[in-house]
Amino acid sequence: MSTAFLTSWKVRIGLGILALFCLLAVLGPWLAHSLLGLDPRANDTSVIARPPSGEHLLGTNQFGQDVLAQVIAGARGSMYVGLLGAVVGTAMAILVGVSAGYYGGRTDAALNFLTNLFLVLPALPLILIVTGYLQGTGLTTIALIIGFFGWSGGARTLRAQALSIANRDFVRAMRMLGERGRRLVFAEVLPHLTGLIASMFLHAMIGAVMAEAGLAFLGISDSSAISWGTMIQSAQQQSAVLRGLWWWFVPPGLCIALIGTAAALVNFGVDELANPKLRVARPASVRRTKRPARAGGGA
Amino acid sequence: MTAVTASAAPAVRSARAPRRWGFLARRLGFYLAAAWSAITLNFFLPRLMPGDPSAAIVDKLQRVSGQQLTPSALESIQKVFGNPDANLGRQYLDYLGQLAHFDLGISISNFPTPVSDLLWQGLPWTLLLVGTTTVIAFVLGTGIGAVAGWKAGGRFDTVVSPLTTFVSAIPYFWMALLGLWLFGFLLGWFPLSGGYDADLPIGLSPSFLLSVLHYGVLPAATIVFSAFGGWLLGMRNMTVTTVSEDYVLLAQAKGLSGRRVMLRYAARNAVLPNFTGFALALGHVVGGALLTEVVFNYPGIGYLLYSSLQQRDYPVMQGVFFLIMLTVLLANLLADSVYALLDPRIREGG
Amino acid sequence: MTVQAEYQRSSTAPVGQAVLEVRGLTVEYATGSVPVRACSDVSFTLHRGEILGVAGESGSGKSTLITALTRLQRPPAVTTGGEILFHGRDGAPPVDLVALGSKQLRRYRWTALSIVLQSAMDALNPVMRIGAQFTDVLRARDRSLNKRDAWTRAAELLALVGISADRVRDYPHQLSGGMRQRAAIALALACGPELVVMDEPTTAVDVVMQRQILAQVLRLRRELGFAVIFVTHDLSLLLELADRIAIMYAGRIVEVGEAAALYSAPKHPYTQGLRDSFPPLRAPLRTLNGIPGTPPDLRRPPTGCAFHPRCARRTEGCDERLPVLLPVGPEPGHEAACLLNETDGEMEGRIG
Repeated sequence: MSTAFLTSWKVRIGLGILALFCLLAVLGPWLAHSLLGLDPRANDTSVIARPPSGEHLLGTNQFGQDVLAQVIAGARGSMYVGLLGAVVGTAMAILVGVSAGYYGGRTDAALNFLTNLFLVLPALPLILIVTGYLQGTGLTTIALIIGFFGWSGGARTLRAQALSIANRDFVRAMRMLGERGRRLVFAEVLPHLTGLIASMFLHAMIGAVMAEAGLAFLGISDSSAISWGTMIQSAQQQSAVLRGLWWWFVPPGLCIALIGTAAALVNFGVDELANPKLRVARPASVRRTKRPARAGGGA
Repeated sequence: MTAVTASAAPAVRSARAPRRWGFLARRLGFYLAAAWSAITLNFFLPRLMPGDPSAAIVDKLQRVSGQQLTPSALESIQKVFGNPDANLGRQYLDYLGQLAHFDLGISISNFPTPVSDLLWQGLPWTLLLVGTTTVIAFVLGTGIGAVAGWKAGGRFDTVVSPLTTFVSAIPYFWMALLGLWLFGFLLGWFPLSGGYDADLPIGLSPSFLLSVLHYGVLPAATIVFSAFGGWLLGMRNMTVTTVSEDYVLLAQAKGLSGRRVMLRYAARNAVLPNFTGFALALGHVVGGALLTEVVFNYPGIGYLLYSSLQQRDYPVMQGVFFLIMLTVLLANLLADSVYALLDPRIREGG
Repeated sequence: MTVQAEYQRSSTAPVGQAVLEVRGLTVEYATGSVPVRACSDVSFTLHRGEILGVAGESGSGKSTLITALTRLQRPPAVTTGGEILFHGRDGAPPVDLVALGSKQLRRYRWTALSIVLQSAMDALNPVMRIGAQFTDVLRARDRSLNKRDAWTRAAELLALVGISADRVRDYPHQLSGGMRQRAAIALALACGPELVVMDEPTTAVDVVMQRQILAQVLRLRRELGFAVIFVTHDLSLLLELADRIAIMYAGRIVEVGEAAALYSAPKHPYTQGLRDSFPPLRAPLRTLNGIPGTPPDLRRPPTGCAFHPRCARRTEGCDERLPVLLPVGPEPGHEAACLLNETDGEMEGRIG
C-alpha cells in the first residue's frame, strides 16, 4: 500500500508539484537572493509598475519591487500558514473524530454535536470575526485560527472510520484482554487510518492556503509579511485590474491554483486506490485486447 | 389472483409519514441548538479577548477620528465587547432580548444608522446573488457530473474531470479578479464595479432591473464557475460508484432506455449524498461569495462585512455574522427537507 | 391479461426444443498486460422449460458466465469468442446474442431473457416503489399499457409469489428479506420471459425461506414453462431443483449431466469434492470434506487440467494435457473433462 499509490501518475505529478513548492518555501528566498540577485523588499523607484521584461521576469509592483522575488518569498508565508493550519486542523480532527468513534456513548454524542455544529457554521465569516476582534495579527495566529475552525469535515470522516474499526473483532478481543483504551487507540486504531489522515492533511493544507489568501485579501494579516494573499490584496487596493496590471495578481493566484490542483490530484489517486470502483478501465486497453481476439475467433 | 388498483396507497403512505417528520424534527432541533450556540459564541467571543477591549477600541476610534465618541456610540461598542461594570448574566439576557427584536445595535462608521437597517439593505442583493448562483451551480454541477460519471473514462470524462479539478482549486476572489480583468477591463462587456446603474432610480422599473442583471452577470458567473466544480466532482464519483450497483445492472437487464437507467436509477441515487454534504459545500460557497462581492464592490452582505472590517465597525461585524449564520442554517434545513422528500429510507440519526 | 394467459401462447411450442445454445463462449478481462480468461470455451444447450444448475466455487467463472449470457458485462470484461444462440417461441431462426448491438439487444431483454440477482436488497432501486420497478419495464415493453393497468399487473405479479397486493406501493426497505427476494423473482417474470437466469437468489435468506423460494420457482416453472439457469456454489441445493447440472472450475465446464446421476456418481474429482463439502438437504449426513487448496489464480492458470494442483488423484499427464468433455457413465448426456475417464473405466471403481 505504501508504495502502491506511487504507481498512479496523478499521485506522482501531484506530489512532485507539492514537493517543488515546499522546496521553494524553504530555499526560495535564499535562491532568489544568491542566484537571481533579487530582494523582494528592495524598492526601485526607477521601475515602478513595469510589465514583465528580461530584467524583471514578472515585472514590478507599485514600489518597484520585483514580483518574481515576491512570489518566491510569498511561497514561504503561504506554505507556512498552510502547513501549520493543516497540522492544527488535522490534530483536532483526529482528537475529536477518533475519540468520538472509539469511545461511543455520551462522549460520542457530545463530540458529534460539536462536529456537526462546526460543520454548519460557515468557517470564513467566523474566522473573519475572530481575527477582526484580534486586530492585526501575525501569520502564526492566523494559521492557528484557520486550523481551529477547519477540523469538522475531517472529524466526521474519521469518526465513521474509527467507529467501524472499534467494532472489528481484533479491537474487541484486545479490549477484553484488558488492553488500555488510550494505548489501543494509538497503537491499533490509528495506524489503520493513516492513508485517510494523509489525504485529509492535504485537503486541510490547501484549505488553509486558500483561507489565508482570502483573509489577506480582506486586509486581515500582518502587513509586513509577504504571502500570495497579501500580494493579491495590495493589487486589489491599487486597482490593478482597472489599470490592467495583470502581473500583480495573476502569478500569486496561479501558484495557489497549482497547489490546489496538486493536492486534488494526489487525493484523486488515493481515492481510486481506496475505492476500486472509481478505477475505471481505460477503453483504449480494452479495445487493444479485443481486436486480436476477434481475429483469432474468426480464424 | 386479486385485481388491485393503484389506489390502495394512502394507508401505506400515512404509516411512513411520521418517520419523515421525525427526521425533520430532529434536524430542526439540531439547527436550533446550533443557532443558540452560535449566538452565545457571538456574545462571549469579544468578551474573552484579553484586556479591556472596549476601552482599547474606544481609544483607538477616537484617535483615528480625532473627536470624542458620542455616548450612544460608546454604548454600542459596550454592547459588543461588554461593559466591565455590568453583570455578565444580565448582559447576556439583555443581548438575547435585543436579538429577539432584531435590535443589533448601532453602526459606528455609519452613525447613527441601526445595524439592522444596513443588513436589510444588503440582504436582498446577497440572497439574489448567492441564492441563484448556488442553485445554478448545483444543477449544472450535478448534471454534468452525472454525465461524466455515467461514461467514466470516456472522452467527455477525461477532458472535463481534470479540467474541473483545476478550476475548483482556484480561489474565488482570484477567479473574480481574472473575470473582471478579462471581461470588464479588456473586453469591456460588463461594468467594473457595483450592483446596479447608479444613475437610475432604485425601483422595479425595467431599465433598473436590466441594469441589475447587467451588473450581476459577472459576479454570478464567477461564483457559479468556482462552485460548480465541487458538485461536479462529487456527483461524478458518486455516479461511478452507483453505476456498478446491482439495481443499475438490473435496470439495464430490463432493457430500459439508456436515458431512463441513467436518470431514474443511477443519477437519482447518486444525487442523495450531495444533499447530505450540503452543509460543508455551502460554507465554502458563502465564504467565496463574500470575497466575490468585495472584488466587484457588490452592495451585499459580503461587502458590508468587508467595509465594517476595514473601519472596525464591530456592531456591524457581529450583525453580519448573526445574519449569515441564520441564513446558512435555514438553507441547510431546506436541503434536509429536499433530502427527506427524495430518500424514502431516512434512517435514524443524521 | 393474467400472467398465465401471457404464457398460454407459448405452450404451443414443442417441449424439448432448445431455447439457448451456447457455443465456445470465451470471456476475458483486459486488465494489466495479459488478458485474464474468466470463461474458456463454455458450451451447453438449454431446453425449453428446463432448469440447468451451474455450480462452482467463487472465482470459478460462474458470475462471469451470467453477465456474458445476459450481455450485462462491463469493461474490462469482454466476450472474445463463441456464440449464444437464442431460439424464440415464434420459430424464427435463432439469433446470436453476442453479435447484437445494444439497440437490437433491448428487444430481447426481459421478454426473452430476464435475471434474478443474488441480493434483492441491492438489485431493487431503493428510492423507487416496488410497483414502479414493475411498471417501467411493463410499459417499456408494451407501449399501449396505461399506467393504471400496469400497476394492476404489478400487483398480480406480486400475488403470484405470495406477496399481498397492497405491498405494491412499498419501497424495497419496507419488505422483509424473503419478500424482497420473491418480489425480485416476480419482477423477472413480468414480461413472460423464455429464460430466467438466477444468480444465487437464495444465499441472502435463511434456510426456511430458501426452501419456500425453491418450491415457488419449481411451481412457477410448472405453471409458466420458462427455462432457468440457476447459478450457485451449493451443489446439494441444485439436486433439489435442477434437471441438469454443470460444474465449473477455473472458467471451464468440467462436468455436466442429469442432476441425480451427477450427484450420486460424479465423474470428476472436483465434482466429488464439491459434493462432499456441502451437507445434503434431505439425506443422511455424510462426513464433510472440503477441497484442499484454493481456486487457481487465473492470471497464471496451471498448465494442463486446471484442477491438478488440488487434485488428490492426479496422475501423469494431468499437468500437461488439457482434458476435454467426453461422455461418461451409463446415463446419456453425462460428460466429464478428466483424464481419469479416458483411461478405461479405472475411475468408476474409485469414485462415487
